[in-house]
Amino acid sequence: MSSRKQGDIQPEDGGTGFKRIKITKSSEDPEKKGLSRRLKDAEISLPIVYGTIAFYLGRKASESQSHKWTVYVRGATNEDLGAVIKRVVFQLHPSFNNPTRVVEAPPFELTECGWGEFEIAISLVFHPDVCDKQLDLYHHLKLYPEDESGPQSTKKPVVVESYDEIVFPDSSESFYARVQNHPAVIVPRMSAGFNISASVPPENSNERERGDTKDHPLSQWFLNFSEADELLKLAAARQQVQAHIIKLRRQLSVMDGMPQLSKPASAYE
Amino acid sequence: MDAKDILGLPKNQLPIPQEKKSRPPKEPQRKPDGISREVYALTGGLAPLMPSIDVSQLKRRPPSDEKITWQWLPFTNSARKDDLQLFHWVRVVNGVPPTGDYAFAKYNKSVDIIKYTDEEYEKYLTDPTWTKEDTDQLFDLCERFDLRFVVIADRFPSSRTVEELKDRYYSVSRALLSARAPPGDIASHPLVKEPYNMSQEVERKRALSMVLSQTKQQERKDAEVVAEAKRITESRMAAKGPEESESPVAANVGPENSQRAAVTGDAVTPSNATLPSAIAASSTLMADNASTLASLRMLRVYLRTYALDQMVQAASASAGLRTIKRVEQTLQELGVNLKPKVPTKAVCAEHLELRKEILTLLNLQKQLQYKEAEGTSFHESPYSETPGTPKRMPRGDQDRPFMPDPLSFGGDRFGKRDQKRKAPARTSEAAQSPSQSKRPRKMKASDI
Repeated sequence: MSSRKQGDIQPEDGGTGFKRIKITKSSEDPEKKGLSRRLKDAEISLPIVYGTIAFYLGRKASESQSHKWTVYVRGATNEDLGAVIKRVVFQLHPSFNNPTRVVEAPPFELTECGWGEFEIAISLVFHPDVCDKQLDLYHHLKLYPEDESGPQSTKKPVVVESYDEIVFPDSSESFYARVQNHPAVIVPRMSAGFNISASVPPENSNERERGDTKDHPLSQWFLNFSEADELLKLAAARQQVQAHIIKLRRQLSVMDGMPQLSKPASAYE
Repeated sequence: MDAKDILGLPKNQLPIPQEKKSRPPKEPQRKPDGISREVYALTGGLAPLMPSIDVSQLKRRPPSDEKITWQWLPFTNSARKDDLQLFHWVRVVNGVPPTGDYAFAKYNKSVDIIKYTDEEYEKYLTDPTWTKEDTDQLFDLCERFDLRFVVIADRFPSSRTVEELKDRYYSVSRALLSARAPPGDIASHPLVKEPYNMSQEVERKRALSMVLSQTKQQERKDAEVVAEAKRITESRMAAKGPEESESPVAANVGPENSQRAAVTGDAVTPSNATLPSAIAASSTLMADNASTLASLRMLRVYLRTYALDQMVQAASASAGLRTIKRVEQTLQELGVNLKPKVPTKAVCAEHLELRKEILTLLNLQKQLQYKEAEGTSFHESPYSETPGTPKRMPRGDQDRPFMPDPLSFGGDRFGKRDQKRKAPARTSEAAQSPSQSKRPRKMKASDI
């Protein structure tokens, strides 16, 4: 059984039947900890991008290892996520050696070789003051491009990324104070009298620099997620729909007026 | 105790059903006559679909001493005015041919057409649109064709519609009746009691021809509208039901909310317990959103896309599966991703708003379609009779195929029943399209 190596897996297998987002329950009561004094309506969100980049190995490809791929969780603007996320657990296909891979520090990524596509479960564990629950993401590893015209290039990888935002609806004061000025995090504007930032010093800036993915070797393949484009598209669509609604309302009101007025039928059109 | 006791049937029933009851068990075992044994075996003893018993057996009468012969004999028909003698085959019992009148003579019914004198005509029956000659001719034809007005209209020298002829005939008869008899006596006479209403008849035929000339497509459309209307009323009733039942028990957790709590896997916290009342009070999207937000908050951490999914679900909870599909179809037509690629807070909010607007749009479209269908069916409605509106005097153009009259819609529907009640027996006649009525009809029974 020499051929059965770490990448030797069944393709298209794995937790496809899983619910996409699973929130794990914690038996621990967060309220007993002093640091989790909650801020009402202080919704802190962390824009992230997770996904995979897969390179075809070309001539170096063997039967069991045709692709080299990297799975990662990065900040949407390539900022360091270490201030919020404590560790990331990648659950690979059981045919891999040690399929549960834990990445304790940013950047949260993992590179492997294999030949099969499967669903990777990514569990995010947060710092204790952020949230005691972990958050599970699911990403389908993609090795082969959609259009199967011609041989696969070794230069151009297959990139699949998803943008999402981790939302902490009622964040603790200490968390809020810690990430208030963090570039990776979106914090709400607090009312004027509210100020707790002074008590907590900002994080070590050097440490933060290390975890970002701005100069990542793969950064040229990172996809661009433009909120503005999306908003523009939505605004255009809404405008179209609203115009249609107005038109229909007018037509309806015309029709409503008709029977009572007993106008000739030609006025219908 | 037998089956009759159980069914509560009287014991001393007619002897015939009992006989029948006892017979069937025996019958299938015996091979009926006329079927070969092999064929009968193929049925496997099962009850055949067609009666296998020889029918003549059932009709067989006890043998009598009657001697029946059929003879070719002459006969006269009392319904004929000439004494024409014809022959036919007759059943002769014991050499005695049947006596009495020809059996079919009784079917030769004729109508009593009222006759008027010249004097009476001058006195009661003058009409600016009718000359005496025309009226005379009408009455002649009425007598000749036994009030078959379609035929009469066909033979009538000047072009008059069936309705006009009927109107003239019935009004003349009515006038004569009331002129000749004391008023009290004729009040119950059908001619006086239910006078012929020409405009109603014209309208009725117009409506009827419209129904009959409706295309399959129109019929389907109408059926769809009716089904849709039924669905809407049902859904309204359903929506009304829970609202009414829920509002008094505001403290209870509504089914919606408990379901949502089950989805998140969290117990309902005191802060959430006030929510159902909000839902019950106003089942608006806002309330739905609020409860979704509350259940999301209990998670303490969630993904924006998950939140959006929940919101979308909550917003379209009232909509049917088909509507949801149509919303998504519309989104695709607009070039918008079903799931935003960059689900920021602003994008999600916009996306939700867009979906809500599309829902509104679809509702409006549905309303409009319904209204249009209602309008057209109103408009084309076979029964859209307008008793109140002044009718133009129907002239010679009445025999053309009736077209939807743009001037006469919006009448009330009670006219329909009214009309039906008044003229129940004339439907068959009106069913003939006017063009058919032009063809000379073959006379059958009436010529005998």
